[in-house]
Amino acid sequence: MKKKLSLILSLVLTCSLMLTGCGKSNGNSDNSGDNQLYVYNWGEYIDPEVIDMFEEETGIKVIYNEFEQNEDMYPIIKTGAVNYDVVCPSDYMIEKMISEDMLYELNYDNIPNIANIDETYLKSAEGFDPGNKYSVPYCWGTVGILYNKTMVDEPITSWGALFDEKYSGKILMMDSVRDAYMIALTYLGYDLNSTDEAQIDEATDLLKSQYPLIQAYVIDQVRDKMIGNEAALGVIYSGEAIYTQRENPDLEYVVPEEGSNVWIDGWVIPKNAKNKENAEAWINFMCREDIALLNFEYITYSTPNAAARELIEDEDIKNSEIAFPDASILSRCKTYNYLGEDMDTLYLNKFNEVKY
Amino acid sequence: MSNENPLRNEIVTEEKKTKKKKDSASTLGKSKTLLATPYGLWMAAFIIIPLILVLYYGLTDGNGNFTLDNLSLIANPINRKALWLSLKLSLISTAICLLLAYPLALVLKSMKLKDNSFIVMVVILPMWMNFLLRTIAWQNILEKNGVINTILEALHLPALNIINTPTAIVLGMVYNFLPFMILPIYNTLAKIDDNVINAARDLGANGWVTFKRVIFPLSMPGVISGITMVFVPSLTTFAISTILGGSKIVLIGNIIEQQFQKLGNWNTGSGLSIVLMIFILVSMTLVAKYDKDSEGTNAW
Amino acid sequence: MVKKIAGKLYVSLIILFLYAPILVLIVLSFNKSKSRNKWGGFTLEWYQSLFKNDDIMTALYTTLIIAFLSAIIATIIGTAASIGMNSMKKVPRTIMMGVTNIPMLNADIVTGISLMLLFVAVNYTLGFSSVLLAHITFNIPYVILSVMPRLKQTNKNTYEAALDLGASPMKAFFKVVFPDIMPGVISGFMLAFTMSLDDFIITHFTRGAGVNTLSTKIYAETRKGIKPEMYALSTLLFVSVLLLLVIINRRNDSISKKRSM
Repeated sequence: MKKKLSLILSLVLTCSLMLTGCGKSNGNSDNSGDNQLYVYNWGEYIDPEVIDMFEEETGIKVIYNEFEQNEDMYPIIKTGAVNYDVVCPSDYMIEKMISEDMLYELNYDNIPNIANIDETYLKSAEGFDPGNKYSVPYCWGTVGILYNKTMVDEPITSWGALFDEKYSGKILMMDSVRDAYMIALTYLGYDLNSTDEAQIDEATDLLKSQYPLIQAYVIDQVRDKMIGNEAALGVIYSGEAIYTQRENPDLEYVVPEEGSNVWIDGWVIPKNAKNKENAEAWINFMCREDIALLNFEYITYSTPNAAARELIEDEDIKNSEIAFPDASILSRCKTYNYLGEDMDTLYLNKFNEVKY
Repeated sequence: MSNENPLRNEIVTEEKKTKKKKDSASTLGKSKTLLATPYGLWMAAFIIIPLILVLYYGLTDGNGNFTLDNLSLIANPINRKALWLSLKLSLISTAICLLLAYPLALVLKSMKLKDNSFIVMVVILPMWMNFLLRTIAWQNILEKNGVINTILEALHLPALNIINTPTAIVLGMVYNFLPFMILPIYNTLAKIDDNVINAARDLGANGWVTFKRVIFPLSMPGVISGITMVFVPSLTTFAISTILGGSKIVLIGNIIEQQFQKLGNWNTGSGLSIVLMIFILVSMTLVAKYDKDSEGTNAW
Repeated sequence: MVKKIAGKLYVSLIILFLYAPILVLIVLSFNKSKSRNKWGGFTLEWYQSLFKNDDIMTALYTTLIIAFLSAIIATIIGTAASIGMNSMKKVPRTIMMGVTNIPMLNADIVTGISLMLLFVAVNYTLGFSSVLLAHITFNIPYVILSVMPRLKQTNKNTYEAALDLGASPMKAFFKVVFPDIMPGVISGFMLAFTMSLDDFIITHFTRGAGVNTLSTKIYAETRKGIKPEMYALSTLLFVSVLLLLVIINRRNDSISKKRSM
């Protein structure tokens, strides 16, 4: 009789398994259809209206998912767990994906709107995608210092402020390995893509001496902490700076004179994409000036779309040094290169040593 | 059945007295064992096979050759320190959780609420707000210009500076995992028959002795469950140290997370996970052993 | 008397501790500013935009369905397993308990990636169902850890007495053992439901295209700042469950009063 119970239980189990099996149709088993497009993008990185407009105009159904960081996206694409058609990774990740032969070459016949993209950014993008064969820039920005004018003695112009003892306990440092080392290496006058171990060690020592001065290592939290007057200085991406200034007028953003990183996120088509032409239609759509403008206004990260910039009505934003720094600032900035697994490991271990 | 608790001891001896009863119990036991079959199959598919994958990654290098390097990385001073710190912080958190939860469960029991599930809901409800949101809210409470300091300032009291320190991490752990300690302890305490306690009192035991010799041993299974559910997640957490510790302290959870999320190095990440797993298994076995020992000395 | 007041005070303090961040989040849901560190004035804007946001609503629906199904299934499997394991010999039981703890011991990311690899290896299309399977897997240990202690306390004699008195094992189980372990089963179910609501990493790696839960949405938002709609949603969820609780509690009270009359 007891067996009956276990029988019933296993029956329930089988039923539930079958039930969940039905859920399969929710998956992407049939994404080879003509009218679908699987998009994988950063969170909050598009105006949701744009997706509706794309669906309406092209009749292509968009299945849209978001990721939090490049490293979350990578294994999904690498293992083919889900066959996304178009993805938006950052520069170094694009380089890594190219080097692992994970991307399709783009057919620019299907992307005539590429003409809207400013030559400067296409050139910058060649740093990780020579010949612009695999990627089309979507958003870009610089890394700089956000400081509170009421809490510092002089205008900040140099990364040196982050290593200044008088700001002890009031500094928010970037909790990302490459950005932290970019700051140290650039301040020391070295290349931000350095693979020279002596230079990296020197940077490590500098970061170690900085450790006691740091209030916290943060990435996303820098925004709210700076708005709330928790710290005097923080390292931030330019795209966030405009928003923080709006919330707290005491804040000022600067790209230090020693130079900095300029990052670019671009659209790419992974090799396991099933709808390449739809993906190219998507990329083309994203490059259209009105669409790029909508996106810029929604996400406030700088757009490489020259035609879209012309359409910006707010003169302050259009000429904003933060959103569109002039050539002299940009010439000080470089993109990150993918340095290979061994170098990545070395950097990470050294950064952990800083916090040791 | 082993000597799980004093009551059970009695049952076991009782069973031994009548052979007939013992026989029926064992056949029943066998068919009851079958109830674990669906779970056994589930385990094989969704725990054992993934575990084998983890073992495979942990014991090979990037080219698939066998290696122990990933495991021995734990000996690297940074990782060793991270493990040590994680152990320290999670042990402290577990102890605080136990110290907070046990009296709470006792008080709740003494309130003699009719509806058990009400307490369960009150304790669990906060957790229905997303973990990340709750932890971020703690920043608001603890920060320099946060809720607590604003209140302290209004009262002309010195400011509280625990944000971005290990103390804040412990607080975050206690906050997040306290419900896991309260529930199992309360469940086992609520089950203890008041007559048993009264009997002990009648036999001359004072409050403390009753607690030590009767109540606490009987609640031991709940305590063990609670310790497991608090200690294990605190040992592997990384989000709490990032958000409340200002990322100034690297815990072993952060190291493993970095290997996967920052480097995409599944081999090293898996290797370190295996070490951590062995570590936890050993400590849990010790706890279980202590459990048994304590019962052995408490045969009343 | 003093003891009673001290007890009540203690309970209130713990509840304050547990609910303090919730209060902060509720306040933030009425904050005009998107920043959590600045009070921009009172607004109901986020509640309005919440209901217009199909994405969040779909994610809420998916989250609740997954949490409910995975908790129910995990509770059934886990309770059965606990009963089975409780009558096992020591060695197999210890082994099974050890394996049970593994999903808890592993960092979420390890569980997530290994489950993803498993699904990819057997060519199982990632989607709603793979997330559900994963959630059931990490939920079962919480059920077992809740039911086991209660089961260990259960007096075997009553069950056997019921059998001796002629009850079928089934009836004896549901009449005698089950009511006894019920509190454990309930808290196991609630814990499982909660763990499922909260999970982000495992969901991320086992979901297919188009499957979003509230957690995956919240985490994806961290880079650009969490939208106050999420605070508003949490508040609504919280308040509605609280109301439900109070109503049920009232009703129970009145029922028990009637009975005592």
